[in-house]
Amino acid sequence: MTKKEPDRRVVITGLGIVSPVGHDIETVWDAMLNGKSGMAKTTIFDASTFPTSFSAEVKDYDFTQYTKNPEIHKYGNRGSKFVVGAAVQACKQAGIDVETDEPTDGIDRRKMGIYLGAGEGSVNNEIFFGAVANGWDNETSKMDWGKWAEVAFAGFDPRDELEQEPSMPAAHLAVLTGARGPARSCLTACAASTQAVGEALMLIRKGAAEIMIAGGAHSMIHPLGIMGFNRLTALSTRNDSPTTASRPFSASRDGFVVGEGAAILILESLASAKKRGVEILAEVIGFGSSSDAFRVTDMHEEGRGAIQAIEAALKDAGIDYKDVDYINAHGTSTTENDSIETKVIKAVFKEKAKNIPVSSVKSMMGHLIGATGAAELISCVLAIRDNIIPPTINLVDRDPELDLDYVPNEARKTKVDVAINESFGFGGQNNVVIIKRFGEN
Amino acid sequence: MGSGCVVITGIGAISPLGKTSSEMWEGLCAGRCGIDTITAFDPVKFDCKIAGEVKDFKVRDYVPKTFRKSIKLMSRDIELSIAAADEALRNSGIVTKAIDPENINVVPERFAINLGAGLISCDLVELAPSASASIVDGKFDIRKWGGEGIEQITPLWLLKYLPNMLACHIGILHDIRGPSNSITCSEASGLLAISEAAGVIARGDSDIALAGGAEAKVNPMIMIRQCLLKRATSENNDEPDKAYRPFDAEAKGSVFGEAAGMVVLEDIEHARNRGAEIYAQLAGIGESTNVNSVYEHLEPDGKGVRIAIEKAMEDAQIGPQDIDLIIPHGVGIAADDLAESRGIEEAIGNAINRIPVWPTKSMLSNTGAAAGAIDVVAAISAMNEARIPAAKNCEKKAEGCNLNIVTEAIDKELNYVLCCSYSYGGQTAAVVLKKFDG
Repeated sequence: MTKKEPDRRVVITGLGIVSPVGHDIETVWDAMLNGKSGMAKTTIFDASTFPTSFSAEVKDYDFTQYTKNPEIHKYGNRGSKFVVGAAVQACKQAGIDVETDEPTDGIDRRKMGIYLGAGEGSVNNEIFFGAVANGWDNETSKMDWGKWAEVAFAGFDPRDELEQEPSMPAAHLAVLTGARGPARSCLTACAASTQAVGEALMLIRKGAAEIMIAGGAHSMIHPLGIMGFNRLTALSTRNDSPTTASRPFSASRDGFVVGEGAAILILESLASAKKRGVEILAEVIGFGSSSDAFRVTDMHEEGRGAIQAIEAALKDAGIDYKDVDYINAHGTSTTENDSIETKVIKAVFKEKAKNIPVSSVKSMMGHLIGATGAAELISCVLAIRDNIIPPTINLVDRDPELDLDYVPNEARKTKVDVAINESFGFGGQNNVVIIKRFGEN
Repeated sequence: MGSGCVVITGIGAISPLGKTSSEMWEGLCAGRCGIDTITAFDPVKFDCKIAGEVKDFKVRDYVPKTFRKSIKLMSRDIELSIAAADEALRNSGIVTKAIDPENINVVPERFAINLGAGLISCDLVELAPSASASIVDGKFDIRKWGGEGIEQITPLWLLKYLPNMLACHIGILHDIRGPSNSITCSEASGLLAISEAAGVIARGDSDIALAGGAEAKVNPMIMIRQCLLKRATSENNDEPDKAYRPFDAEAKGSVFGEAAGMVVLEDIEHARNRGAEIYAQLAGIGESTNVNSVYEHLEPDGKGVRIAIEKAMEDAQIGPQDIDLIIPHGVGIAADDLAESRGIEEAIGNAINRIPVWPTKSMLSNTGAAAGAIDVVAAISAMNEARIPAAKNCEKKAEGCNLNIVTEAIDKELNYVLCCSYSYGGQTAAVVLKKFDG
């Protein structure tokens, strides 16, 4: 099987996003270029006493404006609802008909697939914790499952429970678009939607699909999620200043900020895009995936797996490290990630490392967990389109150990033809996608 | 499309029928049922009180001494996956760091892992003391829990429940550093993970891949979800081995369980070069999706299933007449079984009268993300033994189902076996395995 047959080149023909800094591409891009932060006090649940009481929520989003059939999406989890909006935007741009049994877009539904990095729904907290507390006997330190079940059976709603499944956002997209090609959903922690886009690329290359609706959808702004990250001490606890809390590469960084949202990219074979005569926004040229196989709790100290993933992506793209114009960093604002990621960039990009702009849009959008990689890839597409790099905001006290060009605080006009997106997940999951300005050669 | 260059050189399974793939096969041949009254928790108020549990299992037996500290970070799903991975790797003759660090015969960077995983439900007992201490005036007070309660929860709590941790723990034990993914498409996860791993090898990104799925569904949160959705049977609690009845006129729902199934996939040249025993070729892969806004059910005409099977046959370059055995998803929910049988019939056409169909869940239970993977392991065993065991609990076929369910064991050479899985939510996979003929 040869990879580089010209007709199996894969391009991007549509983008859509629902994020903490806006619910459409141009609003989000404008926010990023102007260094706007999406962080504020958490309102989805009362987090006021949690070690971290703020987050980057999607605000004032109404999924019903995107669909003729709100009834069939209204029980969707937050990710499912976000992805409906993001996908409708992306499909519209790519000229893909939605919500119809008789599409006139000339696309064979058997050759249109779905690949999401998507996460769980959030439980009904009052019932979930109430049931657990009702069943627990402090004297014997045992659970009375009968007492637990009394509250649980009376309280849980089956439609909410269905939406716990991480595959549900993909199910909503199938109903929305009628896609009958490969449909997958993955959850490789913080690298999931980068992986989804990468594997979607591979499905088109091998001919299993002509179009893939790819990206991510996730919200971990729920009590178990915030508790889990807080207990790992992975989150910023800068409760007095949410908008400056995500400060990748700063000496005073103290953790990431949980965000939520959905981001969709329409990947399409070049042949299909040309046949349909749609605008080509960029080309996806490389994907690399690896695992650290080191520790579940930490990244490998030298970023062994991350280096391997970036090098695999460069090789897959058939380009040299010197060809990269912009690195969209994982840049979480944790002590560990930003330090190791800097080492990794130096190891891969060698003498050029300090000359390649590196920025983290997590400084503005927060960390969308499963959806984050796809949202960041969208910023790469737009950076190429407009030849401008979004900044790393809140970078006023750069860590002296970290000495790359992090595009501090202000967007930068510069030529961008090739951009690389790095995503490194808990447990040592590394995924890297490279995109390039589209040209005929 | 290149799937044919990928072969299977190792199998492993831990299931309600035993802790190895051979015990599973013996159980299937004997028509044993791994379903019994739930022991993991007291199901007193549950409509469904039965499940397929793995008995007498200790993950310590599969973890080298130097890694035993990590056991406390393992949920049951992770534990099961480690056991099946251990068997599959040993069975393949691949020597990893965990098997024998002195004689490793695999390049870690060229070794991929791709697992289907479920939505891992947390151990409620772990959360109970903090929740109980946060009751104020008879109601759960999230402010109290967030301020004081959560201090009682183990700091690494979250890491036990991330679905990618199955692959991470196995990757660390066996030093697997190539591409890694965790597919979370509920009951289609295992087969989709195998499909994707085959793609990773076919495109040259690795030589070997450990692929499959694992899930431990005998958890009160999972069971209540399935009961509330009316997917779990509420009958036959007192006759567990009769309860699960795929394609039968008396089918009343699924019975859930726990398992892990793994295969070692390998580039055919790589397998030949190391003199590996080759069980089968992954001859064809087809994927599609059900489109139904009643998300918990398959669309009534089973169109997604039909498309996936058609694509898999096309990829394998075979026709329906070539297929010797079909292992369907057979979820045991009457409407879904009927829809699946319609999809299969549409794809297969007239040959449907002839091809034996062998549902396995009546014996293995519905093991979620593991289900498709243990079916592939069962298919390999059937090919190796040239035998199709009898289906269980399908005494009178459901009306409208025209599948040729195997009522008595058949001894015959099996050249092509078709395995199908779909998720509630819709993701669908079909895989064609071909007996390896040298």
